[in-house]
Amino acid sequence: MTTATTSFESARAGSRTAVLRRGRRDLLKHLGLGAFVLLMLYPLVWMIVSSVKPDHLILTEPGLIPSEITFDNFVEGWNALNRPFSVFFVNSLVVTVGSIIGNLFSCSLTAFALARLEFRMRNVYLAITLVSVMLPLHVLVIPQYIFFSQLDLVNTYFPLLLPKFLATDAFFIYLMVQFIRTIPRDLDRAAWIDGCGPFRTFWSVVLPLMRPALVTTTIFTFIWTWNDFFVPLIYLTSPKMFTVPVALNSMVDSESQTGVGMLFAMSLVSLLPVLIFFAVAQKQLIRGIATTGLK
Amino acid sequence: MAKRSLQSQGGAAHVFLIPWWLGLVLVTLVPLLASLYLAFTDYNILSTPEFNGLANFERMFKDENFWAAVRVTIVYVVVSIPLQLGFALLLALILDRGLRGLAFYRSAFYLPSLLGTSVAVAILWRQLFGDDGLIDRALSVFGLELGSWLQNPSLSLSTLIVLNVWTFGSPMVIFLAGLRQIPEELYEAARVDGASVIRQFTHVTIPLLTPIIFFNLILQTIGAFQTFTQAQVVSGGTGGPANSTLFYTLYIYQQGFTNFDMGYASALAWVLMAAIGLVTAVHFILSKYWVFYGDD
Repeated sequence: MTTATTSFESARAGSRTAVLRRGRRDLLKHLGLGAFVLLMLYPLVWMIVSSVKPDHLILTEPGLIPSEITFDNFVEGWNALNRPFSVFFVNSLVVTVGSIIGNLFSCSLTAFALARLEFRMRNVYLAITLVSVMLPLHVLVIPQYIFFSQLDLVNTYFPLLLPKFLATDAFFIYLMVQFIRTIPRDLDRAAWIDGCGPFRTFWSVVLPLMRPALVTTTIFTFIWTWNDFFVPLIYLTSPKMFTVPVALNSMVDSESQTGVGMLFAMSLVSLLPVLIFFAVAQKQLIRGIATTGLK
Repeated sequence: MAKRSLQSQGGAAHVFLIPWWLGLVLVTLVPLLASLYLAFTDYNILSTPEFNGLANFERMFKDENFWAAVRVTIVYVVVSIPLQLGFALLLALILDRGLRGLAFYRSAFYLPSLLGTSVAVAILWRQLFGDDGLIDRALSVFGLELGSWLQNPSLSLSTLIVLNVWTFGSPMVIFLAGLRQIPEELYEAARVDGASVIRQFTHVTIPLLTPIIFFNLILQTIGAFQTFTQAQVVSGGTGGPANSTLFYTLYIYQQGFTNFDMGYASALAWVLMAAIGLVTAVHFILSKYWVFYGDD
């Protein structure tokens, strides 16, 4: 009896030291990870701090506490390119919202057909979609540019938006097909028996249930389109059409006139929508990448 | 009845697929064929394309800039991808087992992935590694006087490698999801058999994670081959100094959209596509020897 108690107590004591040891190990982990987070985010924080410093302090003061705070960089940067920066914001917004609508519309239609309707060659279509994910844009962009320039559509948003309405972001089709497969088929069968055609079944039954997939598509289309530089750089030639990244890039080119502070201020402003989206939609975003491997 | 419904579904399917069909033909297939044709022509967008056989490909062999672009891109992929995935895996392993504050760390590490391809961060990098930049100052504290990394041909590419490694958060999140899929019973069984933590790692964790490692490897490699924004902004579109950051896609852009040498640019693009296809195929072939799928 006594031996049993002692062994029981020693086991408890043992587990207590284990907990303590674990606590100490976790503390070390947190210290290490915290330092690493600081190191990783230092550039971003430095950019934020620098954006409220006068130019001459940005390069002489590496610390994070500014000795002098000014918002001139934002005011001057906003107007540094002959027109207020809000113009580029509106342009980016038009392109981004257009792309989101296009992707939601075209990819959901395609995904529903590929996941739910019976027709010959379905698997071939699905395979084509998957292969097209790997096709580098650079092979297609030259003929696309020639095509749009012959139609006199260069320097419009048409070349940026048309592909989105034609289900060319195959990643999202794949994502939605995978998602639709998790929705019980009985639901469409019931709708079918109730006399719904494929369109009603899609619109009233499947589409509302696809919300998580639609949300993921919206978030990623937003961030990718907002950050996209290559395609707008090619198609948008007049400054009044520029999206935010192209405008920022043209600020870099005239850096001698605009200062570093203004560049930082406008860079920060350009990241704000993405940062806000990140803050609001973190969970869905992380889940989206975890399940599909989207960036 | 069943047959009729099948036919009517087939009809409906083709209505649903109208956007996809148009996209496949207009945005993908026709441009793909056109680009293949243009690769064998001399075309400056103003005159009609002139067929010139293999001249574009012969030109590449003698084109120093082409070889510079190939070298820069290969060095970038070969150095930055293992580093990026290594960091991603290491951090995922540290974060995996019941650590508090996981959500915070995950978000903090993921944030750079989200911003990494933006012009704004490329501008930030220009300042960090530029003349009198933060990095230069930090290193001079330790007595390392390297000067501006961006003006030094032997250091400029490393700044972009650092930028890519900095975005390890996205593969890390995928690794974390993969680690969570590994059944706890396997670890328990290993412990019962007396396996040490290291043995558990090499005999349970790593084998079961190989499909995810493979997935990340393919995805990040294809992405790295197509790096453009960072190179364009950091080098001001030149690919300099001394072609040290002349990424392959930047060279395609210069030839196609600065010089309007569309035939040559198309040929360059096809070489890129062939390279990506080849590398992906090699990865798939090699994967048979190291990727472990549970069913085998």
